[in-house]
Amino acid sequence: MNKKILAYVALFLVFVYAVVPMLINISGRLDFYYTLTSVALLSIASAGVWLTFYIGRINIGQGAFALAGGYVSAILISQYGFNFWVTLPIAGLFCAVLSVFIGLPILRLRGVYFAMVTLVLTEVMRLTTLALPITQGAKGITSLPLPSGLEIFGLKLIPDFSTLENPKVGFYMMAITLMIIAYAVLYRIVNSRLGHLCRSLQQNEELASSIGVNTTYLRVLTYSISSFFGGIAGASFVAITQSIYPSSFQVADSINFMLNCFLGGLGYVFGPMLGTLMLYFGWDLLFTIGKYQMLVYSSLLIILMLFLPNGVLSLFDRKEKR
Amino acid sequence: MKPLLEVRNVTKRFGGLIAVNDVSFDVRKGEILSVIGPNGAGKSTLFKLISSFLKTSNGLVLFRGEIISNLAPHTVARRGVVRTFQETTIFKSMTVRENIIVSHHLQSKASLLGFFLGSRKARADEKRFGESADRIIGLLGLENIANELASNLPQGHLRVLGMAIGLATDPAIILLDEPFAGLNHDETMRLVTLVQRLRDEREVTVLLVEHDIPAVMKISNRIVVLNFGQKIAEGTPQEIQNNPGVIEAYLGSEDMAVGI
Ligand SMILES: Nc1ncnc2c1ncn2[C@@H]1O[C@H](COP(=O)(O)OP(=O)(O)O)[C@@H](O)[C@H]1O
Ligand SMILES: [Mg+2]
Repeated sequence: MNKKILAYVALFLVFVYAVVPMLINISGRLDFYYTLTSVALLSIASAGVWLTFYIGRINIGQGAFALAGGYVSAILISQYGFNFWVTLPIAGLFCAVLSVFIGLPILRLRGVYFAMVTLVLTEVMRLTTLALPITQGAKGITSLPLPSGLEIFGLKLIPDFSTLENPKVGFYMMAITLMIIAYAVLYRIVNSRLGHLCRSLQQNEELASSIGVNTTYLRVLTYSISSFFGGIAGASFVAITQSIYPSSFQVADSINFMLNCFLGGLGYVFGPMLGTLMLYFGWDLLFTIGKYQMLVYSSLLIILMLFLPNGVLSLFDRKEKR
Repeated sequence: MKPLLEVRNVTKRFGGLIAVNDVSFDVRKGEILSVIGPNGAGKSTLFKLISSFLKTSNGLVLFRGEIISNLAPHTVARRGVVRTFQETTIFKSMTVRENIIVSHHLQSKASLLGFFLGSRKARADEKRFGESADRIIGLLGLENIANELASNLPQGHLRVLGMAIGLATDPAIILLDEPFAGLNHDETMRLVTLVQRLRDEREVTVLLVEHDIPAVMKISNRIVVLNFGQKIAEGTPQEIQNNPGVIEAYLGSEDMAVGI
């Protein structure tokens, strides 16, 4: 069993680190680097949303933390001269701490009420970045440098991106690596006691507290891990686009993060990864049909959810059982 | 001997309604004490007050001499006072064994981070929980369904699972709210024996709410009778059966006809 998982992981690693770059080079479609980089980063934010689903909360507010993380990184780089790689964990931690203050009052809400409040949160974050002096309003923060190199004790870990022949490949590698770390963390959470407690919380909060689970603490902890992922994703995007605006992450993005989870499957750790990939490419493929894009896209989503309420990955479950 | 649990002048008001009215009694270590009374008498409310799922309007609950009323529910559970629910309450999408293992939460020595990193302490905890879960499964006779999904179980088994979850927390005192409701005679008798074994083998003090009067009479060391939120009697099963006030308020009705 464990060996099988390891084999899958090895296969996946070879595929994303070697096969994909090879295919892209052969086909000459260098723009795919950017697409796949986006998918990888968006899937990190979606992984966070998935984790809040895991404690039984519908989170439509991840855009807020992606935006916050992006601004933290952008401000630290542009105004304080920080190295991007240092701002990355700071952006994540900032979002984690911020989400504790936001989560404490709102995580008491359930169902539609929690979902609504988080939806509003994205908009509040956008308005905040419009209003604060430090975020420079609608102008945003632009002309950020490419990530510089990272050395620890003279050991060169990451090269300076401006010296790279093709920074796109660098960003792809960065995004894929971050995604793999994020999903490894998620997998470990779900399969450790923390995950079991989250499931107990999702299935029956009252019973969870009567077996001694500090439900408030667990909810806030989970939400802050989720927001940490959002912050990391946001900050990474800033590095790639070298800019950030209040409109960089909006309500629509928050909704997409949630849809990614639904589509891939809430019962599967790797659901949000697959969901992000499908949703992103699905949208792009439908671009060719012009003004009907939204209509067809939404209809397809509805049909998918009706027929596969447990996500696309549930297809494989059935096969295994029968 | 000092009582294990003291309920002192506890009152609960819901708006104008007084669900529990100035109720006092003691629970001694190692006894099975039942709370009986007609529907709406305030029994479930009383249990929620003891386990701190509701805040008291007045009065105190003491456990081992310390106030436990109006604390957070998980804190009260941590002290060793654990309630099971009137409704069947389990973790539906877990197997029987997973239900029991997750309920060992209070006994974990490792931190959540330790579990995440798979520290030695955490692995020792996991091993201990597994073994303890298997013991509970054995004690309650759940071997055959240990790997069944809880949502697939029939009523009788769900009740036992509810009890297993309570037991997994290793309580000093367990509050069972109508554990026999909806069970047939055989199932009830099996569970009655189980509850007695819990007390004898695991030294758990039991506080029981139950409508099945014959079962209550058989199992209880002492009985407290509630009516309209007030305590109207307290005593041994014999004393309660012969108490005119109780017979009038409760036992005199058709509930008594079940036969004692
Ligand atoms: N949360 C609540 N809000 C308002 N009234 C309640 C609440 N819980 C119970 N009650 C009322 O309190 C009284 C006692 O209820 P309960 O403790 O459930 O009785 P029992 O368990 O003895 O049947 C009932 O009249 C019930 O309607
Ligand atoms: Mg009741």
